[in-house]
This record gives sequence, structure tokens and C-alpha cells, in this order.
Amino acid sequence: MKIIEVGDVPSLNGEDHDILESVMDGAEVHDSPREKVKIEKEYYKNYVRSSPWAQKLIRTENKGFNVFYLAVAVVSCVLLIGMLLFTISYLPRYGVENPESTAVVRRYVEQGLQETGAVNIISGIILDYRAFDTLGESHVLFTALMCVTVLLRRDRKNMRTQYEDFYTIRDEKYHELYRESIMRLVAAVLLPCLFLYGAYVLLNGQNSPGGGFSGGAVLGSGMMICAAAYGFRSTDKVITKKAANLIAFFALGFYSFAKGYVFFTGANGLENHIPKGTSGAILSGGLILPLDIAVGLVVACTMFGFYSLFRRGSIGGNE
Amino acid sequence: MQLTEIARIILLILLVVCAVGVNFGKSLLQAVIIFMSYSSIMCILWVLLESPDLAITEAAVGAGVSSVLFMLTLRRIHTEDLRVEALEQEARKNRPETEKTPETAEAEKSETSSAGETK
Amino acid sequence: MENLLANSTEAVAIILFGIGFTMLLFHRNLFRKLIGLNVMDTGIFLFLASMGYIEGRKAPIIVNGVQSTEAYINPLPASLVLTGIVVSVSVTAIMLSLTVRLYMRYHTLNLDEIYRIADHEEADR
Repeated sequence: MKIIEVGDVPSLNGEDHDILESVMDGAEVHDSPREKVKIEKEYYKNYVRSSPWAQKLIRTENKGFNVFYLAVAVVSCVLLIGMLLFTISYLPRYGVENPESTAVVRRYVEQGLQETGAVNIISGIILDYRAFDTLGESHVLFTALMCVTVLLRRDRKNMRTQYEDFYTIRDEKYHELYRESIMRLVAAVLLPCLFLYGAYVLLNGQNSPGGGFSGGAVLGSGMMICAAAYGFRSTDKVITKKAANLIAFFALGFYSFAKGYVFFTGANGLENHIPKGTSGAILSGGLILPLDIAVGLVVACTMFGFYSLFRRGSIGGNE
Repeated sequence: MQLTEIARIILLILLVVCAVGVNFGKSLLQAVIIFMSYSSIMCILWVLLESPDLAITEAAVGAGVSSVLFMLTLRRIHTEDLRVEALEQEARKNRPETEKTPETAEAEKSETSSAGETK
Repeated sequence: MENLLANSTEAVAIILFGIGFTMLLFHRNLFRKLIGLNVMDTGIFLFLASMGYIEGRKAPIIVNGVQSTEAYINPLPASLVLTGIVVSVSVTAIMLSLTVRLYMRYHTLNLDEIYRIADHEEADR
């Protein structure tokens, strides 16, 4: 398949020309959103409302219930917002130190550096003092990826008819033939900075703002831009069919085993033999750096997995 | 009043305006774009509240991944509409012939398989 | 009443929660309900994290070895919100994939129509 740029006079072989023609025939020329809404309503009227089951539905529509529902909804919304705003006037004043809430924080701030080795107190809290919450949250991400895979995967069992995903395939081929130069230029400038910044935020979680979630999200966005600008062929070299799931699985497993060791030694009063290092260096903070990397990998794979599943129905490559 | 106080109040008012704009957006794409700007204003508010971790995460996740997922859903819904229209056109074309003859069925099958194989 | 104007950040966070809640209740389109859910989520995060802000103090990153609670804001609510932001995006992703499957089955995004079609299909069975 020959790759063309926008603005070139295309000289394609017959098969690609057919696909391009069929794409341009279906292209929309209406610009304003008001017209698009009108067209949506026309389609809805012609397709949905004229079929016999729709006629049966319209005859059984209950208008009294709609009015009742609107009235109750208005009353309940106004009541809810009013009650909550009334409660806020009794809250302690914003921006002023509250002695009851800072009594808990005293230990985290004053002994955080000695006990965890992290200069960034928030990283020390979410990966050392309250690491159980982060463990649960990583599992939530992994479960979400599995659920979206089950729902949106394009598989031989999922395809109902032979026309099931013809237009998804056609859209992908259109976007592989046309490489838009604006997207390519912006991606060529942004991608090195994005990956460098994501790696910096990920590895420096214990010394400066950032950490596992932020770095992983930035890395995932970088991979999304790469897939959007250069097509999925470029990311298929890195994220193959099983690589994303294996990375997420092993990162989660490593996190669980590491935290299991820490819980075991802490619960039984044993000594924790992981070195804390000097504060401010990269290799410091005991287990915080490996756990940061594990959490960041899970988040990045999940973000890119969502994008890939929504776009073409599989995480790496086709069946 | 200090400059940060004025900036915070202006940003809070802009937040409420954006949220009301999402509510009254005329089409779904407009609502998603206003939601993106709402997320970006939230990111600046996190910096003013002295939490840089939350600012980086909100910028990458709210204005980055979440809004892109909304737009991808719109695209898949549009693709579904196109598929249904194509099915209707073919049903209307084949109506003079009472059933699908084996030649047209084979022709359609080869068309879709060639479109899928050359990827 | 003066306390409401002093706690303006929390008041705006509750107003955002209310706007998201009304979007959930009033719109019939599934897509707009999802956007309303996201607006509600970010309103709650703003409310939580603004409880930890203390004026005149800096972000909780230890500089120059100063380790007293007098120099930093309260870091606990910020760490809870950090987990919440990532969970909200995964919930949004699952809801959106369910919306795509619902559209593939019923060809409408209107929730009332989906209920009625499903009821009639069950009655016809």
C-alpha cells in the first residue's frame, strides 16, 4: 500500500482508489452543529419512529409520569443543594489551620523522612504509610482494563454478521493511507519531550512532585499520541499482542509480593532490611522507587489499552 | 486582596460557567470540548491549592485520556450509524430480487474479505 | 452567610456537585449523564483537597530539612484525591464501553426508549 501525503495528487492502484472513493462519498459536508443535530433528528425520525415496534412504543408512552418525574427531580435537586450549602456555613474556616485535623498529620510530617526516606511527603504517604489503598487502586485499574476488553474486543465470537466491523476497518485504512502532516509535525516535536518528562516524573517520585500515577498517565498519553500520528503499526512493534497484559500482570504481582513482605515484617515486629539511601538521591526511599515503576507501568498500559480497544478492538495487533 | 485571591475567585466563576455550558451544549461534541476546558481550569486550581501532584495527574487524565475516550465513543457510534445505513441500502437494493442470489452473496463476501485482508 | 463567602471554594465545589447531579437526572441522553457523572467527581475532589489548604504554607516537599507541621499544608486529603482521580477515569472507561454496546444493540442513546424496547421484547418473548 502506498502512503500519500495530504495535498499530493494520488496515483494509487485500483484497490486503494476504490476505498478512497467510497470514503469520500460518505464524507460529511455539513459544518454547523445545529445542522448536525437536525440531521440526527431526521435519521431518528425516519429509521426509528417508522418501524412498527416504535409505533407501538409511542402509543404506550406515559406523559403523566414524565411531568411527575420532572417535578420531583427539580424539588430534590434544589433541596439537596440547599441542604449542602447550609452545612458548609458551619464548616471550619477555609485556609486557617484546624488543630483537630493537623493532630493526625504531625507524625507523617515530622518523622516521614526518617521512616520512609522520601522527600516528597505525599509519595511517602501513598506508597508507604497507606500502601494498601494504592494496592487496591492498581487492582481496580487492572479490572477495568479486563472489563473493557471483554466488552469491546473484536473477536470471531463477537462478530455477528459479515458486515459487523466493515466500517471500522474502512476507517482504519483511511487513516493509514492519509498521514496528516499537522499531526505528524506536532508529534515529532512533542513526543521526545513527553517521554522524557514522563520518565523523569516517574523516577523522581520520591524527591519532587509526581510519582507513579502522574508519570504513568503522561507516558500513556505519549503512547496515545504516537498511535494517533503514526498509525498503529508504530506501536505494534513495542506493545505486541501479549506484552501489555504481561506487563500489567507482572507489575501488579511484584507490587503485591513487595508489599506482602513489608506487611509481614511490620506485623511481626521484624526488622525491615531494605536500605533507605540518602535523601534527595534517585536511589533512595527504600521500596518507593520500584513500587513507583510498577504503578506507573500499570497506569500507562491501562491508558493505552483503553485507547487501543476503543479504536480498533484489540490491544496489540489483529487476530 | 492579593493577586492569588483574585485569580482563585475568577477561576472558580469560570468553573461554574463551564459546567453550565456543558449542560446546555447543543451537540455532544460541543459538550465534550467544553468538558476538556473545564478539566484544564481545574488543573490550574490544583496549582493554586499547592498540590502539584494533582495538577499533573488531572492534566494528563482529565483533559487527556478521559476526553479522548469520549470522542472515540462518538466516533464508534457514528460508525454504527454508517453500518446500519449501508445495510438498509443493500436491503432496498435487493428487494426487487426476492432472495439473495448466490452470486451477489459471493460478490459481497469477496468485497469485505479483500477489504479486511490487505491491512 | 459570611462563612459561606469565606468558604467560597467549598461552596463552588458543592455547586458543581449539584450541577452534575442535575445533569444525571434531567437529560435523557446516556452520554450527557456520563459527562454529568464526571463533573460530580471533580466537584468532590475539589471539596476534599481544599480542606487541606492552609494559607501561607507551601507544598509538602521537604526543603532545607525543615520538618515541622508549621511549614507545610495538610498532605492527607491530597493523597486520597490522587487515588480518586485515577479510579474515576477507569469508571468512565467502563461506562463508555457499556454505552457503545448498548448502542450496537438498540440504536438509540435515549434511556427511556431503551427501557421500553427491552420491556416490549421481554413481553413478546
